[in-house]
Amino acid sequence: MKPGTYISQPNTSLRLYAVVFMLFIYLPLLILPVFSFNSGLYVRFPLEGFTFNWYLALLNREPVFAALGNSIRVGLTVSILSTVIAVFAAKAIARNRLPGSGPIVGVIMLPLVVPGIIFGVALLVLMSRLGVPLSLYTVTLGHIVVCLPFAIATLLPRFEGFDLSMEEASADLGENGWITFWRITFPIVAPGIVASLLMCFTISFDEFIMAFFLGGTHATLPMYIWGQLRFPTQFPSMLALSSLIILTSFIVIFLSLWIGRIGLPKSAQSGIFK
Amino acid sequence: MHSDAPFVADRSAARPRTGWIGRLLFRHEHLRGYGLLAPALIVTGLTVLVPCAMLVMLSFWTQVGYDYDTSLSLQNYQTAYEKPIYAALLQRSLWISGMATIVTVLLCYPMAYYVAFHVHRHKMIWIILITLPFWTSYLLRVFAWKVILGYEGVINSGLMHLGLITEPLRFLLYSTTAVSITLAHSWAAFAILPIYVSLEKIDKSYLEAAADLGDGPVLRFLRITLPLSLPGVIASVFLMFIPTLGDYVTPAMVGGPDSTMIGTLIQLQFGSVNNWPMGAALSVILVIIICLLGLCSFGLTRMFQRWAA
Repeated sequence: MKPGTYISQPNTSLRLYAVVFMLFIYLPLLILPVFSFNSGLYVRFPLEGFTFNWYLALLNREPVFAALGNSIRVGLTVSILSTVIAVFAAKAIARNRLPGSGPIVGVIMLPLVVPGIIFGVALLVLMSRLGVPLSLYTVTLGHIVVCLPFAIATLLPRFEGFDLSMEEASADLGENGWITFWRITFPIVAPGIVASLLMCFTISFDEFIMAFFLGGTHATLPMYIWGQLRFPTQFPSMLALSSLIILTSFIVIFLSLWIGRIGLPKSAQSGIFK
Repeated sequence: MHSDAPFVADRSAARPRTGWIGRLLFRHEHLRGYGLLAPALIVTGLTVLVPCAMLVMLSFWTQVGYDYDTSLSLQNYQTAYEKPIYAALLQRSLWISGMATIVTVLLCYPMAYYVAFHVHRHKMIWIILITLPFWTSYLLRVFAWKVILGYEGVINSGLMHLGLITEPLRFLLYSTTAVSITLAHSWAAFAILPIYVSLEKIDKSYLEAAADLGDGPVLRFLRITLPLSLPGVIASVFLMFIPTLGDYVTPAMVGGPDSTMIGTLIQLQFGSVNNWPMGAALSVILVIIICLLGLCSFGLTRMFQRWAA
């Protein structure tokens, strides 16, 4: 349908609503950076002077860097493991019409809707019964649970919108399964893989509830922030730290969503909510 | 695909294989498929199914001092049933996240409608922009609302600075209002997408046909757009209601004593109260409620689909 036909005339009030809606979505997140440059200790109007001090103060804090290091290590491990597992799973789901794959996919996708607290306490119970001490490894395990559905959902459209004749041509020309995978399948699904890596890293980097239950005394960045929020005097530094995290997430996720859609047919672009 | 055995045999002739494992794997497409799925299945089994089974088992045990009485009993469930506090908290959780969900879905519908019908170029950018905040840290989004709604926070100090109020509005932070607003903001993207997808799928020729037959915009919306988008609306209600039901962070950070939810209670049992079996029982109850709601939404979707068809 062309714009401006008699069905959908430009609707000013609806457009105004859309603008207000976007403001409601973005303003709260912009409040954090705005006040992170405010020299006053309290987050309130009127704004006082402009300062970089809260950011500079972060540099002298050892725990911040320790937590950052933990988050990055967990995030990298989680994103690589989830994506590798998801590549195989997505290929199987899209290609091999497996009996019983519906319920299997359902179970794998459960963490998308079931509250995180359930899986958090369930893993906590298992670890304590097995006598496994809580550590960054248990956090990693918990994050894989959370990330796997997103990784599969990102990769699935890649395999579904795939021209099978290319693989068949490669096979007909005498290549074996692995070479076909590396030379044909991999390059085509590569944007999906990059998108999945970026997305899983961000989800893990930002995830709080699993880390809260499974981290023990090993703090990731969100756990560190959670601990500091009890002290109102820490608010400004936490505003600065939060602003940096939000900015990083924005950039990484934007790249992920963008790369994830490259070369996909329009119909597949709504991603996980198809 | 056992049924097209000749076809499979044909292809394997074109692609000679060495070794019996290779031949077996090639012949049995299903086997290969399960092989590819195996890592995901093992991980899901070990991190989701086994722990959940443990959780269910633990819920039938009882806490005795620092130890568990491992004889199976329904005592935790009985306590949850008998003590009014549990039922009250559960009811409140349903109420708070139900209200937040309904308000959010109502607010999201026009936005999804706008993008589906009134945006003609760069739809993808719009969708990315709407979903972007959803991917940033949940904890930080809640933190932002704490800063905004606080007693001396952005709204109160702003309004006082402008001279509109003389003393801070108390109902803003540590209240059910705060929890609802925060949940609505946090899950808006999750609620928009299913509605958008269902609106986007609507065949525009139906609308043109209705217009040709003399229906005005309101009738067109009520008779075509709304019914056809209802499955998306149901999906978005479900997708937001379920996760918010067990939310812990929001009530803990911006909620007050009157907005404690079931997630808070579960955390307490595993934390300071240190009655893990009770916490497990509460988790199981929450999961059962979620399953029932899931069945409801599935049934409703089916009903609407049949009705629309």
